[in-house]
Amino acid sequence: MEHDIVIIGGGPAGLAAAISAKEAGAGDILILEREKELGGILNQCIHNGFGLHTFKEELTGPEYAARYISRVRELGIPCLLSTTVVDLQRDRDGLTVTSVSRQDGLLQTRAKAVILAMGCRERPRGALNIPGTRPAGIFSAGTAQRLVNLEGYMPGRRVVILGSGDIGLIMARRMTLEGAKVLCVAELQPYSGGLKRNIVQCLNDYDIPLKLSHTVVDIRGRERVTDVTIAEVGPDLRPIPGTEEDYECDTLLLSVGLLPENELSRAVGVELAPVTGGPIVNESLETNIPGVFACGNVLHVHDLVDYVSQEAAGAGRNAAGYALGGRASGGAGIPIVPAGAVRYTVPCTVDPARMDDELVVRFRVGRNMRKAAVTLKAGGRELISRKRPVMAPGEMEQLTIERVWLTGSEESLTLEAREEE
Amino acid sequence: MPIVELTCISCPLGCPLKVETDDEGRVLSVTGNTCKRGEAYGRKEVTAPTRTVTSTVRLLGGSAPVVSVRTREDIPKGKIFDVMAEIRAAAVTAPVHIGDVVISNIAGTGVDLIATADREGI
Amino acid sequence: MKIYDAVVIGAGVTGCAVARELSRYNGSFLTLERTPDVCEGTSKANSAIIHAGFDAQPGTLKARMNVRGNKMMDRLSKELDIPFKRIGALVTCLREEDLPQLKELFDRGIENGVEGLSLLTGDEARAVEPNLTDDVCGALSAETSGVVCPFELTLGLGESAAINGVEFSFDTRVTGLRREGEYWLIETEKGDIPAKTVVNAAGVYAGELHNMVCEDKLNIIPRKGEYCLLDKTAGGHVSRTVFQLPGKLGKGVLVSPTVHGNLLVGPTAVDVEDPEAANTTAEGLKEVAEKSGWAVKDVPMRQVITSFMGLRAHEEGDDFILGESADGFFDAAGIESPGLTSAPAIGEYLGGLIAEKLSLEQKESFEPMRRGVPRVAEMPIGERAVLIEKDPRYGNIICRCEEVSEGEILDAVHSVLGAKTLDGVKRRTRAGMGRCQAGFCSPRVMEILSRELGLDMTEIRKSGKDSQIVLEKTRKEAHGDGA
Repeated sequence: MEHDIVIIGGGPAGLAAAISAKEAGAGDILILEREKELGGILNQCIHNGFGLHTFKEELTGPEYAARYISRVRELGIPCLLSTTVVDLQRDRDGLTVTSVSRQDGLLQTRAKAVILAMGCRERPRGALNIPGTRPAGIFSAGTAQRLVNLEGYMPGRRVVILGSGDIGLIMARRMTLEGAKVLCVAELQPYSGGLKRNIVQCLNDYDIPLKLSHTVVDIRGRERVTDVTIAEVGPDLRPIPGTEEDYECDTLLLSVGLLPENELSRAVGVELAPVTGGPIVNESLETNIPGVFACGNVLHVHDLVDYVSQEAAGAGRNAAGYALGGRASGGAGIPIVPAGAVRYTVPCTVDPARMDDELVVRFRVGRNMRKAAVTLKAGGRELISRKRPVMAPGEMEQLTIERVWLTGSEESLTLEAREEE
Repeated sequence: MPIVELTCISCPLGCPLKVETDDEGRVLSVTGNTCKRGEAYGRKEVTAPTRTVTSTVRLLGGSAPVVSVRTREDIPKGKIFDVMAEIRAAAVTAPVHIGDVVISNIAGTGVDLIATADREGI
Repeated sequence: MKIYDAVVIGAGVTGCAVARELSRYNGSFLTLERTPDVCEGTSKANSAIIHAGFDAQPGTLKARMNVRGNKMMDRLSKELDIPFKRIGALVTCLREEDLPQLKELFDRGIENGVEGLSLLTGDEARAVEPNLTDDVCGALSAETSGVVCPFELTLGLGESAAINGVEFSFDTRVTGLRREGEYWLIETEKGDIPAKTVVNAAGVYAGELHNMVCEDKLNIIPRKGEYCLLDKTAGGHVSRTVFQLPGKLGKGVLVSPTVHGNLLVGPTAVDVEDPEAANTTAEGLKEVAEKSGWAVKDVPMRQVITSFMGLRAHEEGDDFILGESADGFFDAAGIESPGLTSAPAIGEYLGGLIAEKLSLEQKESFEPMRRGVPRVAEMPIGERAVLIEKDPRYGNIICRCEEVSEGEILDAVHSVLGAKTLDGVKRRTRAGMGRCQAGFCSPRVMEILSRELGLDMTEIRKSGKDSQIVLEKTRKEAHGDGA
C-alpha cells in the first residue's frame, strides 16, 4: 500500500503540513512521530508567547500544539507515535520510509511524497570545545527544560548559562522561579540572539546579569560541576587574558545554537545548504529529490512557531499537489542570491511557472542594523524595496514576491539588505 | 523627579525609554519611544507592571508527574513569587484538560491558574 | 575467610585481560576496581589504535607484547564479539631530511617481527590517502595496524572473565597492601582481602601500589593527552590511521577513523602531577587542531562533537614493568602506549606466570565466547525486523543519534558486568555518544536505569558517586498523600 504523503515528525511543522495537505485534497496521509505524543518541542515550552500572529492571543507551547493536534484528529489523519524513522530511500516509483517502533515493529512504508519535519537539535558542549573537566551538571538548555517541565526534576541549584538564545533566557527565568539561583547569562556575541521581550521578562525582572561579549573558558569539578570561569572576549571573539572571573555553581546550561537535524535527508541524497544546515529547496519547498519536501526547523531554524506553521502549511499544500499529480516537480528555477547582510534565503530558487501568485521568501541577516532596506533585484531591475527600521540576526525576516513581477527569463534574483544611505 | 530606564518590548526595535514620575509615582513623561505603543508600555511598566506566570503543578493519578499551568491573564509583577508559592504547594488529580481551573483567584490576584496541557488518568 | 588464588587490582584493559587469562584455570579470582565500572582510568581515553609494533625498541617488553597483542586481536575480537578493524596506518614524513628516520622505523619494525610494512613516496601515500598534505614526502605503511573500541575491548575481556568465574568488586579502592604470613592482605574500603598472589594493574596508581611492597621504587608519571572527536560525517576524511613522524616540530598528532566511523584527532602530551586530572585545556585543543593539519589537509574541525583527555601511565624507564616484583606480587606497571594493543599479551604472560607459580590447572569448562550487546542499527533489515518481532523493545529507539533501542540498553544493564550509570550505558551501547551528546536521550536513559535498578531518579549518576544528574523533585509530595 502506498500513502499519498508520509510526514516525518509530528511537531508544529509536521502537524501544520498534515492539515494543509489534507485540506488540499491529499487523501491518505500518515504522520510518524518518535515521541509518545504529538506536539514536538512545544510540549516542553510551557511559557507563553506562542501564536500571537496565528491566533491573535498569547498561548503556551502545549496550548498552541493542542490546537493543531485537535484539527489533525478532526480530519482523521492517522499518526504512528513512538515511531522512529531510521531510513528514507527513493526509487523510480516512489519513496520508502523505514521506521521502527515497539508496537508495529519494523515497517517499510511507501509514499508518493514525503515531508521532512524532523526539527532541530541543540548544539552540544563538544561542538564549542570548552576546555575543562567533563562532570555531571552540564546540560543543554532544552534538556534542562524537559527535566524541569515534563519530568519534574531540578537539574541544579546554582546555575550559569552560556548563550542568550531564547531557550537560555526562558530557562533562566524558569530555574529562578523554581528556587534556583541563576548567577549570570554569558553571551559570546556583543548582542543577544534572543528576543528583547525575553531579556526584559526573563533576566531583568529577576536581576540576572547578561554579560555580553563573554564566554566560558574553563569548567571545573571532578564528578559534578563545582565552578566555571567566564572571561570577556575581544572583537575576534577570543578570550581576553586577565578578564577571567570564577563562578561557584553546580550547573552549566548551554544555549548556544540550534542545528537542523538532517541525517535522514542525507540518507536519501538531499542536498544541504552550508549556511542553514537544512535542505536546499525550490519555491515549492521541495528538495533536489523529487517528492521530498521540507519545512520548519529541519529546513532552517525559525524564531517564532507561527512562521513554522505558515511555512509548513505551504509545504503541505505543495506536497499534496505533487502527490495528486497536478504539480510539476523537480528542477531548480531562478536562483535567489543573498547579498549585503542577507545570509541565506528559503527557498533558494523560484520557478515562476510553478509558483503561486505570491511567494514568501524567508531569510536572516548576519548583523544588527538600523534604518535598513531590503531590496529584491533581477539583474539591474529593482522589483521591490522595503524599509526595515531595525534588523537583527536573531529575528527571521520575510519578503513576499509576486509572480507578476517575474518574466521567467531572469538569470537570477538578488535579495539584499543594507543600511540606507 | 525619579526617572526609570526601560527597554521597550512592544516591537523588535527595543527603544530605550526614560519614564519620569512624580513623587507619588504618577507618570509625568515618557521619552525615547518612537511610537504610541512605546509610551503606553512605559506608563504601564512603571505604574502597574504585570506578567503571565507559567509553571507546573503536581499531578496525582496521571501518566506524568506534573501538568503545565499558567495564569489565565497577567497578574501584578510584584505577586509573581506569591503565585509561585501557591503553585508549589498545589496538586491536581488527573484527568486534567486545557483551560481547567487548577487554582482560582491565585494569591488573591483575582486571576485563575489554568492547566495548559491535557493529562489523562492512568 | 576466603583466600583468593589471585586478586587483580584495577579493571582497566590490562587488569581485565589478566583476569580473563586467569579464568582459564581452576582457582578463585577477584578483580578490584575503585570506580563503578570497568575502563574508567587510562584505558578509557586513548587513541584506540591496535599498533602494528614498529615503534618500540627491539628487545623491549613493549615490542614483544605489542607484536603478540596485535596478532591475538583477530581471534579475540571474534571471541569477545567486539568490533575491530585492521584499517592499516601510515606514518607520514613531512621533511625530506627526516626520511632516514622513516627508514629507521621500517627497519625497527622488521626487527620486531612486524609484517606488512612498506615504504611509500609522498605521491604513493597520497594515492592511497588523498587528503594527505603536499608536505608529506614519504610514508611508512603498516597493514596490520587497526582500530578498536577501548571500552568494548575492556568490557569484553572483563565480562568473559566474569562468565568464567572471576568475581568483580567495584567502588572498592585499595588503601593498603601488606604481607600476612603466606598471603597478601589487601586493605580496601570494604574490608581486608587475603590472596596468594596480587596483580598490580592500577594504571596511574601502579607506582604507588608497587612502592608499598617493593624495594626498588617506580615513578609513574601521569601524562596527559587531549583529543577531539569528530562527527561520523567526517569519519571518511582518511581511511587509515595517519601518524606523523616525530620531527623538529615535536611529536605531531594522529588523525584516524574510529572503529565506529567517527574521526579522532590527537593527542597532545603533557606531564601532569595529578593522577585524577581530567580536564582539557584551551591550549591543548588548539594544539590538536593546528597539528592535525600538518599531515592531513582540511580536517573539518567544525564537526567536532566532543573533546576529551586521557592519562597515560608513563614510567621513567620507558618500558612496561611486567613480572613478579615481590613474592607473589605481579606488576603490570608503566602501561602506556602501546598498552591497549599489548593488554591481551600481557594478560597471557602474567596469567601464565601466576598459573605456573600456583600450579593451577587449565579448566576444561572455559568458555571463550562472550556475546556483546547487539548493534541493532547495523543489522541487515530482515534480521532487525525478526529481532524486533521477537522482542519489541529493540524497536523502541531511545538514542536517536546513534539509533540505540531500549532493548540494547536493557541488555547493557542486565549483562554480567551490567551498566549502573549513564556513562556505563553510553559506553556499552553508544546511547548519548552521538552528535547531540545525550541532550535528547539522557532523561529517557535515566528513566530506564531508575526502573531497572530500582533507584530514584535523584540517585542516577553520570559515573562516580557524587555525579548525580538531577538533584531533587520540583514538586515534593505533600504530607499525608501517598501518591
